[in-house]
Amino acid sequence: MENMRDAFGKILTELAAERDDFVVLDADVAGGTGTYHFREAYPDRFIQCGIAEQNMFSMAAGLAESGIIPIVTCYAVFASMRAIEQARNSIAYPEFNVKIAASHLGLDVGPDGATHQALEDIAIYRSIPKMSVVSPADPIELKAVMPYLLDNTGPLYLRTGRSPLPNVFDENTIFEHGKAQVLRDGTDATIMAVGVMVHRALIAADALAKEGISCRVLNMSWLKPMDESAVIKAAKETGAIVTCEDHNKYGGLGGAVMEIVCECCPAPVERVAVNDIFGASGEPEDLAKEYGLMPDDIVKAVRKAVSRKL
Amino acid sequence: MSVSKYDELEKFAAELRKSIIIMNCHAGSGHPGGSLSCVEIISWLYCNEMNYSTENMNDPERDRFILSKGHSCLSLYAALAEKGFFSKEAFKTLRHAGGILQGHPDRLKTPGVEFNSGSLGQGFSFALGCALGAKRAGRKNRTYALLGDGELNEGQIWEGCMFGAHQRLDNMVGIVDYNKFQSDDLNTNITAIEPMNDKFKAFGWHVIEIDGHNFREIENAFTRARAMSGKPTMIIAHTIKGKGISYMENVPKWHGSLCPTGKERECAMRECGCEELI
Repeated sequence: MENMRDAFGKILTELAAERDDFVVLDADVAGGTGTYHFREAYPDRFIQCGIAEQNMFSMAAGLAESGIIPIVTCYAVFASMRAIEQARNSIAYPEFNVKIAASHLGLDVGPDGATHQALEDIAIYRSIPKMSVVSPADPIELKAVMPYLLDNTGPLYLRTGRSPLPNVFDENTIFEHGKAQVLRDGTDATIMAVGVMVHRALIAADALAKEGISCRVLNMSWLKPMDESAVIKAAKETGAIVTCEDHNKYGGLGGAVMEIVCECCPAPVERVAVNDIFGASGEPEDLAKEYGLMPDDIVKAVRKAVSRKL
Repeated sequence: MSVSKYDELEKFAAELRKSIIIMNCHAGSGHPGGSLSCVEIISWLYCNEMNYSTENMNDPERDRFILSKGHSCLSLYAALAEKGFFSKEAFKTLRHAGGILQGHPDRLKTPGVEFNSGSLGQGFSFALGCALGAKRAGRKNRTYALLGDGELNEGQIWEGCMFGAHQRLDNMVGIVDYNKFQSDDLNTNITAIEPMNDKFKAFGWHVIEIDGHNFREIENAFTRARAMSGKPTMIIAHTIKGKGISYMENVPKWHGSLCPTGKERECAMRECGCEELI
């Protein structure tokens, strides 16, 4: 179990030894995003931009134009709201190869409270043309996907995280990047989860198995482009879907899945998400209980989805 | 520099003014006032200052011009057409569906355009990134960003100023097209833009003030910017909004987005030396 932010900083450091095609930009939050690991090892490839995210994002596009890949790092609230217009107009619209990496996602931020808890970033970023959105479930997936993200040209929003997460994957997992990954197969319902909710989805699936409800569990780390065929297959084969995200219930994973299901293969969908309210201070686990993001909540949602089957 | 060279620059500038009016009339909208005020600065950059042409437009070592005040793109398009990046035929499709000339610059649609500006403040930061990228790569090329005076209202500009000074980007020149007007009114009736010179100095920039329509002063300023080491330069160019078209000069409504019609169009065409819309 490792902090996603520390994992991110260490992965960047390891990657830097193998390739010299990227630099890391920071807005004075290197301790929070984990990039301080990289700064120590590669000070010449670390660009301090100060607490000035708007300049950092547009400036990154200029760096990309000069032929280097900028990895822009800050908290998700700033990446997805304060500097979003720069991400749209300076990076996505002119198609610059900038990788935006945001930590501090959702209630998982914990004690810092609502100003620092991005509950809207998936909805915001996935609505921008040409922008990809990826949210790995654990440090192992994060490590596996990073070279792939750097090898593929184009604007990208990467959600890293903050808290320690139990490993979902073992070290030898082979990832098919861009696809929804089947973590458990099942026949009665499909649980689709992203980020910190993936390990909770697995706990819920185990509990449901004991009740005789067989669940497929999908890791939906690729939020955009989304693996539509996996969503349609789940709707057709299991007939009920529950989405799980540490994000507002509007426009995130649940919204994206519903768009596909409604259009292609109608089936009941239940959302385990934040119920359109702001977060608060507290330990992540306590907040997850208060806001209904625990395995028990997923279990209840699955029962409901199954009972609604067409 | 010889007198004839200045004459050539004056001729180039006159061509740009003509193209601006032609484009504006074809489009039926656009921003003539701020396009006309920066004609001499853009003429100097494309004719004398920059190492930039259709031959080296994809070379990483080229100089870069970023029109951060993207709404003044009529002036940029006029210079690019003059330099052969595309035909003046394209003027007819400005702001029309399917055309290569967008209402604000788009680098993916228009040959020679470096950045999709139009959202104020962003082109300046982009230019700082180009300048930093060049330094990091050990390249000798320079980056130029043209800012509007109203654009200085944007907080992002001052974020960029701190960053540029901190990074000692002496390969970067900003130019403020200080025509004194922004969209709605005089700058001074909108917000406290002055003292502009002291503001940039306090942010760590080398500041030069000139008459932005005088080629001798423009030449001198860019020469001094080139000689500066360790600091980025900001040239405050005092200009006249709508310069060259008598009834547009210093009249806020010609900020745009509109185009002259009837007698006003006839007058504009006459004053820029254009006999008919091509």
